[in-house]
Amino acid sequence: MAAAGEPFLRIENISKFFGPFQAVKDVSLNVAKGEIFSLLGGSGCGKTTLLRMLAGFEEPTSGKIFLDGRDMTGVAPWDRPVHMMFQSYALFPHMSVEKNIGYGLKHEKMSAQKKASRVREMLELVQLVPYATRKPHQISGGQRQRVALARALARQPKLLLLDEPLAALDKKLRERTQFELMSIQQRTGVTFIVVTHDQEEAMTLSDRIAVMDKGEVKQIGSPGEVYEFPNSKFVADFIGSITSFPATILERQTGQLRLSVPALGGEVMARDVPGLSEGQEATLAIRPEKLLISKDRPEGANAFQGTVKDLAYFGKDSLYRVILPSGVLVQAHAVNATRGGEAARVADWDDRVWISFAPSSAIVLAE
Amino acid sequence: MKRRHTFLVSMLGFGFAFFYIPILSMIVYSFNESRLASVWGGFSTKWYVSLFSNKQVIDALILSLEIALVSASIATILGTMAGIALARFTKFRGRLLFSGLVTAPLIMPEVITGISSLMFFILMAQWIGWPAQRGFTTVTLAHITFSMVFVTTIVQARMLQSDRSIEEAAMDLGSRPWEVLRDVTLPVISPAVMSGWLLAFTISLDDVVITSFTTGPGSTTLPLLIWSKVKLGVTPDINALATLMVGIVAIGVVIAGIFMNRAEHRRQRDEQMAFRANG
Repeated sequence: MAAAGEPFLRIENISKFFGPFQAVKDVSLNVAKGEIFSLLGGSGCGKTTLLRMLAGFEEPTSGKIFLDGRDMTGVAPWDRPVHMMFQSYALFPHMSVEKNIGYGLKHEKMSAQKKASRVREMLELVQLVPYATRKPHQISGGQRQRVALARALARQPKLLLLDEPLAALDKKLRERTQFELMSIQQRTGVTFIVVTHDQEEAMTLSDRIAVMDKGEVKQIGSPGEVYEFPNSKFVADFIGSITSFPATILERQTGQLRLSVPALGGEVMARDVPGLSEGQEATLAIRPEKLLISKDRPEGANAFQGTVKDLAYFGKDSLYRVILPSGVLVQAHAVNATRGGEAARVADWDDRVWISFAPSSAIVLAE
Repeated sequence: MKRRHTFLVSMLGFGFAFFYIPILSMIVYSFNESRLASVWGGFSTKWYVSLFSNKQVIDALILSLEIALVSASIATILGTMAGIALARFTKFRGRLLFSGLVTAPLIMPEVITGISSLMFFILMAQWIGWPAQRGFTTVTLAHITFSMVFVTTIVQARMLQSDRSIEEAAMDLGSRPWEVLRDVTLPVISPAVMSGWLLAFTISLDDVVITSFTTGPGSTTLPLLIWSKVKLGVTPDINALATLMVGIVAIGVVIAGIFMNRAEHRRQRDEQMAFRANG
């Protein structure tokens, strides 16, 4: 049993070397019971290695993993209350859907009848009852994904590891499956750890996200935190799109920063960030949807004039690329809130426009 | 376009003719009424009848089948283990040496394999008094050593194709390594194991060179019998015997081929069905 205040899963200073190459660098993180926690990062960032260490397929070079208060060092994969849903699903090709789902139950001490009803329960959970006797190659990709999920959940693991659970599905199916996964997680209460390279997938699925790069965890936070308050240029760039400029901090006022941003051709007011000092070089970053575009000069600070160089109409919104007098291009999204097609849009090619943003929308990064 | 087509077809025809006319003529002449192997005297199955009433031939056939059965089975067990090891354990000390040693008999001249096996058995007999006499056991052992390679090659190729993660999935779901082997690895590669066995069986059945080095008095296999009879001149009953051998080997090879193909075909067909049903 876990001591009071002890996190359900505690990863403590884990490092993993493959020969001279360090795949995971001193990662520490805690996951609470019943959470959906994502490891997000590009290929080779160490997220899959970390997942495989949780499953027991790899031993950490140093560091420890505690699950529900138990040290998992040296515990073999087959003895861990941790099950994994593989990216390729890894269904047993020679077994039917129900045999696949029931495979792990072989090792449970329960009556055959109980096992059968557990398999049945799982089939119902993933809505595959009519396909129970089919072989994996006789069902579709989305159904295979659900078999893999049901198989991993059948033994009621303490921790479920999902390796790119949606990567092999097409876009429409992916959206539906996302919500299915979340509802299954809520019904079963199992803690999920999801590895993904898809930031949208991580944002919609997760309670919290760990953004990884080159074996290190760059930031851990809720989807809202990592999106709106990235702590580094890498995180800001990796999650969503961003426009960034070099800046110099001129002054720290009460709760606000005054920066000089040559690329924008003036000064910018931004929300204060702890740990910055006057005169320091920094980066100003803005999300495109936080940039407003208008014909007339808007009220308040942070407004700059430019010329529309390019625009793209997406239906629900439009993307404007505005060139500033300094020659810098910035991107701004504008929602097409009124109907009227091309005639109703804010600006046209070569129009003189104002771009502006609220001081609270500006992200200031110390690098 | 047309001319090129004709050219290709005729080349193919020549190729097949080169391979199969000798075998076909042998099969045809095995039904020859005449006593002279080169003169056609009408259709008859009398050579087959005389063959089956010849105790020497029947004994040789049974011995050959016994050796093939035992050596193929043991070669399949050893070869499958080596194939799995080579495919799965990508890093172990001496892996290169091991894989080289396993596959060396493929390119080793049979005479060399035969002589070295013979030397080995003679030395063994001197040192530990076993095998006291060469015969069934020594031939079987020699056959195992060289037919195992073929099983290893087939199994290794199949293992490399199969998804490593299904074994990890079984392990993840609570199975120890030997249970993974029993429940997942072996069933998945079973078509390859079967075709490896059939290949080992046919190779053992028609081997002359290695058998002649390792056999002893009283242990004459069918190919050895044919060989010794031919030295006294080709008679129609030899043709009949050889035809039977061709038949057995052909059946073995065809079944092996079917095993390899059928699983693949069925999978493709089912995948199409699943696609249509859900598309």
